[in-house]
Amino acid sequence: MSADVELDRVTIRFGSFTAVKDASLKIAGGEFFSLLGPSGCGKTTLLRTISGFLDPSEGSVRIGGDDMRGIEPNRRPTALIFQNLALFPLMTVADNIGYGLRVRGVPRAQRMARAAELLSLVALPDQGHKRVSELSGGQKQRVAIARALAVEPKVLLLDEPLSALDLKLRQHMRNELRAIQKRVGITFIYITHDQGEALTMSDRIAVMNHGVVEQVGTGREIYAEPRTPFVAAFVGENNGIEGTVSQVAGARAAIDTPLGRLVGRRGEGAVAGAPGTIFVRPESLRVAADGAPAALEAEIASTAFEGSTTHVFLRAANGQKLTMTVDMRDAASLPAPGATLRLSCDEADAIVLGTGGAAA
Amino acid sequence: MSNPLTAAILFSAPLAVALAFWLLALRDRRLAGDPASPGFFRRNGPVVGAFLLAATAFWILFMIVWPMLYMVDYSFHRKLPPSRRGGPDDVYTLENYWYFVYGSTRVFTNYNWVHINAFWQTIAVSVVITVANFAICYPLAYYMAQVAKPGRLRVLLLLLIVPYWVNEILRAFAFMVLFGTGGTINRLLLAMGAISAPIDFIGQNVALYSGLTYAYLLLMVFPLYNAIESLDHNQIEAARDLGAPWWHIHLHVVMPFAKPGIASGCTLVFMLSAGALAAPLVLGGPKTLWFTPIVYDRFYQAFNWQQGSAYAIILLLTCVAFVMAVMRLFKVSLSEITR
Repeated sequence: MSADVELDRVTIRFGSFTAVKDASLKIAGGEFFSLLGPSGCGKTTLLRTISGFLDPSEGSVRIGGDDMRGIEPNRRPTALIFQNLALFPLMTVADNIGYGLRVRGVPRAQRMARAAELLSLVALPDQGHKRVSELSGGQKQRVAIARALAVEPKVLLLDEPLSALDLKLRQHMRNELRAIQKRVGITFIYITHDQGEALTMSDRIAVMNHGVVEQVGTGREIYAEPRTPFVAAFVGENNGIEGTVSQVAGARAAIDTPLGRLVGRRGEGAVAGAPGTIFVRPESLRVAADGAPAALEAEIASTAFEGSTTHVFLRAANGQKLTMTVDMRDAASLPAPGATLRLSCDEADAIVLGTGGAAA
Repeated sequence: MSNPLTAAILFSAPLAVALAFWLLALRDRRLAGDPASPGFFRRNGPVVGAFLLAATAFWILFMIVWPMLYMVDYSFHRKLPPSRRGGPDDVYTLENYWYFVYGSTRVFTNYNWVHINAFWQTIAVSVVITVANFAICYPLAYYMAQVAKPGRLRVLLLLLIVPYWVNEILRAFAFMVLFGTGGTINRLLLAMGAISAPIDFIGQNVALYSGLTYAYLLLMVFPLYNAIESLDHNQIEAARDLGAPWWHIHLHVVMPFAKPGIASGCTLVFMLSAGALAAPLVLGGPKTLWFTPIVYDRFYQAFNWQQGSAYAIILLLTCVAFVMAVMRLFKVSLSEITR
């Protein structure tokens, strides 16, 4: 039912502009795979290439082992869910879902039966007779999914389908999508610029920037072990302090920054003497105990209460901005804005990445 | 117009309409009861408001309704010398309509086949021209609306519009130059050796049909273009992604969406072809019988305005009925067309 998707050194150019550069991905059958990146990073271009609306300028796309070159979108075992859903406004919900089957010459009664089945799969039973315009945003979403599933694709491609929904519904649909994927068992390739979506739903994530796949891994991996400064900064919140790597020893690297010498794990590209950045997650920063050594000092600029946590926005002596996240209990003991805090961080929770080659 | 009663009706009618509009506006305002939404006169001021109403009413009544009514009235009268008009012989009669059917106002034994044939031929050929126009314009409009890049689109629009700066009669003559026995096309075909003797395009009506098709191209292209342009391109891609071949997408996604545009384009082309006068006069062969020249002849050759009116009304009503029937068939409403 599901098929693996393999991109082999895919490059896509529009005139002189290179939208995707040398992207290689192996997506296993039945995997929920996300392409994460800011807008304009080439993720939609890559998706359109997999679905067949674009041909790669170089490299190849294989689905289930078959090279897809020259195969039109209507002949590929993929189904695409568009960002704006692109439901047919003049058809009923059931006719929308049955469209792909109608194309294949399936008789109407069978189409309607299949539409009803799919509607219950996406938790919209007995809505087949309605017009698309009568549905809410979340319901339209489900119809689009059902329409795509009706043709029994081996790979479902989703182009930021949740971006038009409000926050509550979006969170609900994340779980829903994941559950549907589990039920149908086909490969999902999901495009998003929302790292929260990618982290909660995906088996694996590819982070893209400027047309380049910077890192592929599970959510945990890319969050904890970013390989490039872009991934470190883009996935989750992070404090990046630039400097020059001064010393590398085993799994540790020390970096000289305007805020002093800091030590963290030795990440990709951290070579003594080279420019680098040390990244510390806001939740890894904490107030140093009295008398204990402090790594950093910074002044509290403002705080933002977020419920279970509080964000503390800090400013170091050189103007560098830092963010610290503290939980509810510790927030109560924070001094007022304007006070200077002594901060520390476990060396294992910070990572030093080279900013020489990888970021360019 | 000498009749003082007619004159009184003529001049008071627009005033009555203006008054009716004003009362309607008053009623609207009272019903709305919202001081924030000013009525028609408050919005435009009394002078401008009155002028707008009067001008619109004048336009509609004098330019459209009144001449039409006059024609309807005419069509039920006999042709009489001026001295006997309004006399005992000037009664309402169906004579002019009988003449269309039987070719005589008294003997009802033979049918007026010449006119009847010309009439149905006009309707049938207009249908063919409409279909041909649609077949030419749909791909063009689709290309312009969904495929062409802005620069290409501008060039195309220019190429479409510029020929229409040329006067209609001149264009008809240009078609004669093209299709005549010694015309460009025949000479080209002869030179290429494709034919041994010139083809009589004009006698075969090829020139007329091509000329009529060409004449109303724009009236088909633009409604189609407008309708297709508003279709989200993603829907076309979605259909394709779901496995649809191109013809299925056009038949089941694009055309249903563009139906109002198709209907309005077809209506315009059909109505105007059926009522075309210049092209049939210039491009029609010696045996061609288009209905409008017959109507024209009733007025200006036979000097029988009453009969001409009857003929014109027959054509108008048949066309309207036909269009309504087709619209009903394709489930399009009038309000959709004007959208």
